[in-house]
Amino acid sequence: MSVPFRLLPLDGAQSATRLDSLALCLLLLTGVVALGVLLLMIVFCVRYRAASTASREHPPAKGRLVEISWTVIPMLLFLVLYAWGAVDYVSLYRPDPAATPVFVVAKQWMWKAEHRNGRREVGQLHLPLGRPVRVVLTAQDVIHSFFVPAFRIKQDAVPGRYTSINFTPSRAGEYQLFCAEFCGTEHSTMTGKIVVMPPAEYAQWLAAGPRQPGMAARGFALFRSYGCSGCHAAGSSVHAPDLSNLLGRRVHLQDGRVLTADEAYVRDSILVPRKDIVAGYEPIMPSFAGQIGEEDLLAIIEYIRESGHDQPTERP
Amino acid sequence: MISPQSDLELEERGTTAGTSYLAEGFTIWSWLSTRDHKRIALLYGVSITLFFFLGGIAAALIRLELATPQGDLVTADTYNKLFTAHGVIMVWLFLIPSIPSVLGNFLMPLMIGARDLAFPRLNLASWYLYLLGGAIVLWALLVGGVDTGWTFYTPFSTMFSNSHVVLCLVGVLVVGFSSILTGLNFIVTVHTMRAPGMGWFRLPLFVWANYATSLILVLATPVLAMTLLLVGIERLFQVGIFDPALGGDPLLFQHLFWFYSHPAVYIMVLPAMGVASEIIPCFARRPVFGYRFMTYAILAIAVIGFLVWGHHMFVSGQSVYAGMVFSLLSFMVAVPSAIKVFNWTATLYKGRITFDAPMLYALGFVGLFTIGGLTGLFLAALALDVHLSDTYFVVAHFHYIMVGGSVMAYLGGIHFWWPKITGRMYSEAWGRLAAVIIFAGFNLTFFPQYLLGYAGMPRRYHSYPEEFQMLHVLSSAGAVTLAVGYLLPLGYLAWSLRYGRPAPRNPWQATGLEWQAASPPPIHNFAQPPVVVRGPYAYKP
Ligand code: HEM
Ligand SMILES: [Cu+2]
Repeated sequence: MSVPFRLLPLDGAQSATRLDSLALCLLLLTGVVALGVLLLMIVFCVRYRAASTASREHPPAKGRLVEISWTVIPMLLFLVLYAWGAVDYVSLYRPDPAATPVFVVAKQWMWKAEHRNGRREVGQLHLPLGRPVRVVLTAQDVIHSFFVPAFRIKQDAVPGRYTSINFTPSRAGEYQLFCAEFCGTEHSTMTGKIVVMPPAEYAQWLAAGPRQPGMAARGFALFRSYGCSGCHAAGSSVHAPDLSNLLGRRVHLQDGRVLTADEAYVRDSILVPRKDIVAGYEPIMPSFAGQIGEEDLLAIIEYIRESGHDQPTERP
Repeated sequence: MISPQSDLELEERGTTAGTSYLAEGFTIWSWLSTRDHKRIALLYGVSITLFFFLGGIAAALIRLELATPQGDLVTADTYNKLFTAHGVIMVWLFLIPSIPSVLGNFLMPLMIGARDLAFPRLNLASWYLYLLGGAIVLWALLVGGVDTGWTFYTPFSTMFSNSHVVLCLVGVLVVGFSSILTGLNFIVTVHTMRAPGMGWFRLPLFVWANYATSLILVLATPVLAMTLLLVGIERLFQVGIFDPALGGDPLLFQHLFWFYSHPAVYIMVLPAMGVASEIIPCFARRPVFGYRFMTYAILAIAVIGFLVWGHHMFVSGQSVYAGMVFSLLSFMVAVPSAIKVFNWTATLYKGRITFDAPMLYALGFVGLFTIGGLTGLFLAALALDVHLSDTYFVVAHFHYIMVGGSVMAYLGGIHFWWPKITGRMYSEAWGRLAAVIIFAGFNLTFFPQYLLGYAGMPRRYHSYPEEFQMLHVLSSAGAVTLAVGYLLPLGYLAWSLRYGRPAPRNPWQATGLEWQAASPPPIHNFAQPPVVVRGPYAYKP
């Protein structure tokens, strides 16, 4: 992609615009401080150079008041900046039930994506304009990092866990995807393209092209073949939790903790079932670690997500 | 600092108290077996300079490669090994030991009126360990290099890298032991060997800074040693500490690594602050403004510095709440740093300022440290860090702090104490010229990298999209300037050793105890332990 250089990368997501204002605000503030200090230093250096005749009467050795004020004022300013940064940060990560999940698996040195209807792509990621999306990430080998400068987002893809980040593309077009965590020899070629399309076009794109059966449908088959349904199906005689509509639900655990079920929780429940025991159940579930691959796990999770609805649907 | 009377006495003794430490034996063995802290400081000085230029050669090759967007100068693999070599050498073999081991070793005993460090043999042993560790690292580079980056992130370093990771880890581990020994030695020395009258609040800030640094070294380095051992074990025996395929946790490594490596940044910059706090009062002819606040700020930085490691992991997948706590603490550690900048500035007020080379370096340090520190706020602000982490913004930020800060201050300190260390004066004109060139070259090299980073250029890229080229070319041009700036002192300081005019005891009319000893000092510094009757920085404008 040959694009002209822009100091501010295009803002391709809602959060990007907000982030630029935070950056601008910080820039103004730190700029004023830096210039202030620089100016004072220059003024003092000129005025009190050895050759000058400026008065040096009563030089202060300390000043309680100035010292306290230049400690407390920055501290208060910092608190404001901190709060602003923190609020925006939380909104990038807070699970958003309205967001459409897209699944991305990183490996040396490529990005593999799967959409909910089973449409897959490599090195590219198509997204609908103006709809919140949540990229769910994992890595197959080493740590990579999903970085889209135009959206001002970045999230590490860590082997052995799911991480995710939310954003809403706000401008149609093509954007650079980089890997930002050093991942080996070809690290700098681990780039890709994000394509943001109007929702109708996106729906068309989603329906066309190479795909597997819908992720949820594939997940359902896997759910049965791995024997999950033996315990978790509605008519089962084993006392196991009902999984329908589990994602996003609050789960009470045996040890008193309460958490919101997300992909990482489901994944852990499958691979490390003793980690979080649901209140009121015996820890009888076996671990499937080493038996189910990453992509199958994602499909099973997708099936569980859909299982609350009567029919696995394909929402764009 | 000394009462006028004993000042005079000392001056007389200083000239008669025996031969200078440099004249005390000329054989190589007399150097390699010395237990004199001043000679050991010089041994460190020579070896550290060597490593600095080796690391610099790697930097030059990196910048040359990045002058064009295609990776056409070296292969991707070579590039990765180059920036690893650059990072490992600069961090462990230059930045961490530089000011404490060279200037600290030379000056701490002199500044507190002691005859030597508490454990002279241990001091020599720590130099040998440093050299051994350095040699192992070089060996790893010679037999093929390492491509993990100086951060050794797992599981890349443990399972996927095909380079000499373990050898390099062993080298770093050995150097770490050297730091621990130096830290212990300084702590015990400051506690037990202060001259009569040298109370805690009469210590020069350079001593305070090195004392706080030593505490960090002693407390944090063992964690590094443990972490590196674990990586080595994992790599050799695949036990599954960090590798998720074996049930391990890659984030565990990051927590352990940054628990050491974030405080390590303060190991690099606290001593630099100490140097600036000696130079600025001297050339402004004013006591440092708010001495007590300055000492509290040093201690606050050392303590809070331990609690912010998680700000390297805002996008790693650690919990959002952890991110929020680490961000808050990171803003808080900026407060004492800001205090120091304000106090140095206030020290200039109503001074009688001269602009000799050490002062130019020190002022340059304050300017660059300020910019580096303020851009740290961008990285501490959570949502902004999401965009900026692992881009050139970070590369610019840490170079401003570590190169702009620590290296500037180190050079300032070398110039300031050169007359004391060598007994010779260097050429003042050359000294000033070099300071100006370094300052200009530095900004040209690293300021464009802030812009590159915000525009989205990721770090550790061997090739990059064309639109970033212009700024990379500027940066490479700056690097050439900077290289010239760094080579100059090598020339004129060496020249001064032979042709420089002999230095008087106290060429800058400074008030620190070290200036009461002869230039260069005799083997045991002071014939009689000096008696201290005043606080430091008794300057009058
Ligand atoms: C002429 C001077 C220098 C230039 C041009 C330079 C250039 C660079 C560049 C371009 C990188 C980034 C590599 C990448 O992320 O792709 C880098 C990394 C680094 N530099 Fe420098 N550098 C210079 C001096 C120094 C000095 C003096 C130090 C320390 C005293 C230093 C410490 C580091 C460290 C710790 C890294 C991180 C290495 C890593 O990413 O693994 N640099 N340098
Ligand atoms: Cu990658």
